[in-house]
Amino acid sequence: MSFITVLGLLPLVGALAVAFLPKSNEKLTKQVALATSVVVALVSILMALKFNTSQGGFQFVESHQWIANFHINYAVGIDGIALTLILMTTILVPIVFLAGWNESEGGRWSVKTFYILLLILETMMIGVFAATDIFLFYVIFEAMLIPVYFLIGGYGRGARAAAAMKFLLYSLFGGLLMLAAVIGLYVISTNQIGGSFDLTQLSHLTIDKPTQNWLFLGFFIAFAIKAPLWPFHTWLPDAAKAGTAGTSTLLLGVLDKIGTYGMIRFCMTLFPDATKTFTPVIITLAVISILYGAFLAIGQKDINSLIAFTSISHFGFITLGIFAMTSQGISGAAFYMVNHGFSTAALFLVSGWMIKRRGSSQIADFGGLQRVSPVMAWSFFLAGMSALALPGLSSFVSEFLVLVGSFGKYPVAAILGTTGIVLAALYVLIVVQRTLHGETTPGNESLTDLNLREKIAIAPVIAILVVLGFFPKPVLHAINPTTAVIMQNVGVSDPVAKAGK
Amino acid sequence: MNAPKLDYALLAPILIVLGGALIGVLVEAFLGRARRTGVQIGLALITVAAAFIQVIRIRHSGSSGAAVLSVSIDGAGIYIQGTILLLSLVGLLLIADTDNFTAQASAVPGSTQESAAIIAGKQQTEIFPLTLFAIAGMLLFPVATDLVTLFVALEMLSLPLYLMAGLSRRRRLLSQEAALKYFLLGAFSSAFFLMGSAFLYGYSGTLTLNGIASAIHTAGNNNIFLLLGIALLSVGLLFKVGAVPFHSWTPDVYQGAPTPITGFMAACTKAAAFGATLRIFYVALDGASWSWKPMIAVVAVITMFFGAIAAISQRDVKRMLAFSSIAHAGFILTAVVSLNNHALSAALFYFVAYGFATIGAFGIVTLVRDSAGEVGDLNRWVGLGKKSPLTAAIFGLFLLSFGGIPLTAGFIGKFAIFSAAYESGNIYLAVAGVLSSAVAIFFYLRVIVMLFFQDPTNDSVSVVIPSAMTRLAITICAIVTIVLGVFPSLILNATNTFALFTR
Repeated sequence: MSFITVLGLLPLVGALAVAFLPKSNEKLTKQVALATSVVVALVSILMALKFNTSQGGFQFVESHQWIANFHINYAVGIDGIALTLILMTTILVPIVFLAGWNESEGGRWSVKTFYILLLILETMMIGVFAATDIFLFYVIFEAMLIPVYFLIGGYGRGARAAAAMKFLLYSLFGGLLMLAAVIGLYVISTNQIGGSFDLTQLSHLTIDKPTQNWLFLGFFIAFAIKAPLWPFHTWLPDAAKAGTAGTSTLLLGVLDKIGTYGMIRFCMTLFPDATKTFTPVIITLAVISILYGAFLAIGQKDINSLIAFTSISHFGFITLGIFAMTSQGISGAAFYMVNHGFSTAALFLVSGWMIKRRGSSQIADFGGLQRVSPVMAWSFFLAGMSALALPGLSSFVSEFLVLVGSFGKYPVAAILGTTGIVLAALYVLIVVQRTLHGETTPGNESLTDLNLREKIAIAPVIAILVVLGFFPKPVLHAINPTTAVIMQNVGVSDPVAKAGK
Repeated sequence: MNAPKLDYALLAPILIVLGGALIGVLVEAFLGRARRTGVQIGLALITVAAAFIQVIRIRHSGSSGAAVLSVSIDGAGIYIQGTILLLSLVGLLLIADTDNFTAQASAVPGSTQESAAIIAGKQQTEIFPLTLFAIAGMLLFPVATDLVTLFVALEMLSLPLYLMAGLSRRRRLLSQEAALKYFLLGAFSSAFFLMGSAFLYGYSGTLTLNGIASAIHTAGNNNIFLLLGIALLSVGLLFKVGAVPFHSWTPDVYQGAPTPITGFMAACTKAAAFGATLRIFYVALDGASWSWKPMIAVVAVITMFFGAIAAISQRDVKRMLAFSSIAHAGFILTAVVSLNNHALSAALFYFVAYGFATIGAFGIVTLVRDSAGEVGDLNRWVGLGKKSPLTAAIFGLFLLSFGGIPLTAGFIGKFAIFSAAYESGNIYLAVAGVLSSAVAIFFYLRVIVMLFFQDPTNDSVSVVIPSAMTRLAITICAIVTIVLGVFPSLILNATNTFALFTR
């Protein structure tokens, strides 16, 4: 068994252990779940240390026959991008557990069920980034919707059932389109190489242009819904509003990354020609997402939907970076995914605490938190600064890379994207000003500051944002060789500036 | 004239079931009422189990002339027989809960006679021999290779079902109406089948499927008799599998029939009827595929979309499952159009995946009751997840499998069938299938939302404690649904080996 399989199985073992704990002992349940996720995080860090960053290909590869009749294998392996995303996941999960220590209470089902669902979800999140067999990827991609559905619908706030349903229907619809493409790909591989779902083998197929375009669209729409890209985004604000802070963190921070990850891993690798064909359209969608998300974020009255719309804007940046198809663009986008994960986590978790204390998620209900709860206010401030990509915080590095990477090829898109940064300053500063600064408004006088548990939970997130802002090298170091492999696969190279230009 | 040579070992599964049915009739006649139910249940289970063991024993042999040229025991035939027997075994466990059946079928609903029969604790234990007769017909239908034997098998499996549909204990009028409707429409479709057979005979001068195939080969495939024959025969077959536009009996009969019978009928009849359909189109009409492929393809697409869309507006759980079964018929019909071995293999897998989930789902329907009996109204199922989490979760599992969510058997079935359709060049069928699945998922989810995300109301239903046999049946169905979803290779190997019609 390779490292990844062990890593993926650990949360499942934890879920089993939780399942056998007595229902009444909620504290023990939480402790076991937290301990499991901490162990998973440590193991993943160990795996990262053993990872050879000078290589671009898959490492820790493992493959077993699963469904021989369809040439389906249990095949896993990670490259630099997958590694960083898995690390982000495994580090976020214990933070989410710790941050939302009490959010499982008052749900539709027991505390135990909540943690079982989350631990199963962690296994799937690891698996989805590690799968190198397309069928395996698809199975996890679809199956993981079920725990998320129950997490939003069962433990969320407000119109949670409706939001969960909307999320599920959108995702399933995208998934089914992808299924059609997966089947098509399989049949083509049957005709050419006797059937395979192996990513590497499939990338060597020769597929005629029209077919390639259709298959590309099948995958891309699924990922665009997941990411989400304008105009496939409408489920996101609802889901983000309805989910618990922890669920929303994982939903936007990790699950949505599967969309952008999938674009790199599958769309570009499998259909290089179609990728080039559709690039102008996708770049346009990305720019629209950046601006649309930012504009709508400015007008939001609800903190959670504000965060959701900022994410739509950020996913626009990520997509722009990916399809700019320069090494800076792709590396920047991959790094952006990690940063966005942590920065969204910070936003959701701190706003979750604020909302819980105030009993409202309306921005207008807050005011002057700086005076009553300085630590909470500062944390929210830092999270906001990370969302607007303040230099010195990690998101600045990635946003800069994406814009630099895309400017060479798509100057107009890059310039329009840059206005997204200006808008970002607007939407973040407005909410910061309204909630944190000024006189403490009625209803906020007695809000308590963060307790020790919450401080411990938020500290690593902020530390990561700052450290990677000044010292992004380790992550970029892991990502860059993979980027090189991907670019080689698509057959593009960085534009060389002509002399005198 | 020489006596026809019969290969008794190969015919044994059918003969065992027929024998069991006849003994069952004798038990009805000679055994006292007190012990009848127990004996009949035991007899039926043993008979079906014995027949299954015989199927296992003959799995590697086979002959195209098991009964002169009328029965061909081949790979696909043996596999379908095995599937039907296994599904029947589980179905019988549900039927064994005789509380679902009327005390006296002949009594006028609501009459004093009827209440007297109920008070006296009477039972119509004839359902067990009737079930066995139906099973025997189902075993014969997919292996029959001449049109007359096919017709006989069709009637043999249908007649007991017509009767059984009318035996519900509660809501007798609805049940009797269902039986009558089923009978009339069934008889009508049988006539179509027979008429089609006559035309095919007129065209080819033979009744055997192989003979028709060679006639198509030599005499050409553009003959008005042939085309009429294919069209009329298709009507008969499409009626039995419940494809649009011959589906209208399905919701009424599914709703009116006693729930265990509905489950049995939905799972086993579908396997048998599709087995025969596949054989007829693959073996006999292969050469004329230009004429029927577009027709069946259109029917398949309409069927899957109609089933999925109509199911959305259903308020009764049995009607919803009926429309879902119509949608599934559409999916399996794509396998008929694909006309390749992978499609056959996929259909064989689908029978198992769909059959077990169906029996399990109807099994759960039998458990959800109020004081007046089963409750079909979905609005009263709300909050079941809170009252009986396990029952609701298992029902949810079956729905997810119907919906084709990964890690359930239904997903693998769909994947196999759509990839075979794609492979055969009918890409639009695969795409239509995927899109209609998206529609279908909506109503499965709607039920899941009702079960889990709504709070129980005052007139919500409760779940009765299942009898041991019902519990066993549902457990088996749930296990099969999950295990085949995760390790489909367990039977995919078999479906691949057995996916063969000898010609």
